[in-house]
Amino acid sequence: MSNEAFVLGCSAIGAGLAMIAGIGPGIGEGYAVGKTIESIARQPEAQGDCTRTMFIGVAMAESTGIYAFVVALILLFANPFLKKL
Amino acid sequence: MDGPKVVFQIPGTNWIITETLVIGWILIALILIVSLILTSNLKKVPETKRQVLAEMLVNFVNGMVTKTMGERFKNFAPYVATLLLFSVTGSLVSLFGLRSMTADLNVTLCWAAMTFLLITYHKFRANGFLGYFKSFCQPVAFIMPLNVISEVATPMSMAFRLFGNVAGGMVITSLLYTALGTLSKFLHLSFAIGPFTLNVASLFTPAVLSVYFDLFSGCVQAYIFSMLTMVYVSSAAEPAN
Repeated sequence: MSNEAFVLGCSAIGAGLAMIAGIGPGIGEGYAVGKTIESIARQPEAQGDCTRTMFIGVAMAESTGIYAFVVALILLFANPFLKKL
Repeated sequence: MDGPKVVFQIPGTNWIITETLVIGWILIALILIVSLILTSNLKKVPETKRQVLAEMLVNFVNGMVTKTMGERFKNFAPYVATLLLFSVTGSLVSLFGLRSMTADLNVTLCWAAMTFLLITYHKFRANGFLGYFKSFCQPVAFIMPLNVISEVATPMSMAFRLFGNVAGGMVITSLLYTALGTLSKFLHLSFAIGPFTLNVASLFTPAVLSVYFDLFSGCVQAYIFSMLTMVYVSSAAEPAN
């Protein structure tokens, strides 16, 4: 096996492992949306405010997942380790 | 997935003009023309449909800005409207088979840098020159590196959020197209028509995903980006203590 193939394979595994981080935002966002629906059901007149705040919160919760995705993208498409060979 | 294609290179320099930039120019021209058409020949009581449409758009952004930032930031609405329009149209060009503008980190990083400049400007105005630097050592002095990191992380996370969502949709869509192409070759459903290949399996299925990744994601992420801009700027305009 050539060095390049080994590095590429390991990078692909690393990218896959990085995307495990998608679990966290998934759970977090689901929890946030569930709580928002609860509060809208309790107070339907506050729907606009609740939805707006929820969007911001969900966007914040998503950051960690996006960071993991960016790491995976770098490993797949702009591999920094290939240049070190 | 590849990066944006290089359309041409400015002769004599090593500056390259990519697909993203050209699409951006076309969109700027289109938005300008549409805005001019919508706002031409305005009446005090709207008579035409286009004036009603224009008023609807303007009222939507005005309401959004006054609700999140308060009445004193009403002059902030044009910036938010520009960001929103450019971002929505920049994401929705992928419906026409072009490359989304926001799937290029340069674009989103540039918008986030503009937001960062606005945040810093409003912090300077609210706290004064010395107060701005003092606000970094807020609870205790040795926590300053953490404060600096969190200050820089704001535009970075905004840029990566918009880029990551659109680029993620693009990666998934291209994976799906490849998989369906292989599937139709495997089932002998792939026909060559001149320079194109028709893969029967990839005819209708991607449309379902496209509704989410192109339409919904593009609009929601543009909304979130402008929303976060407003929230950060209005909280920066409050004095630190």
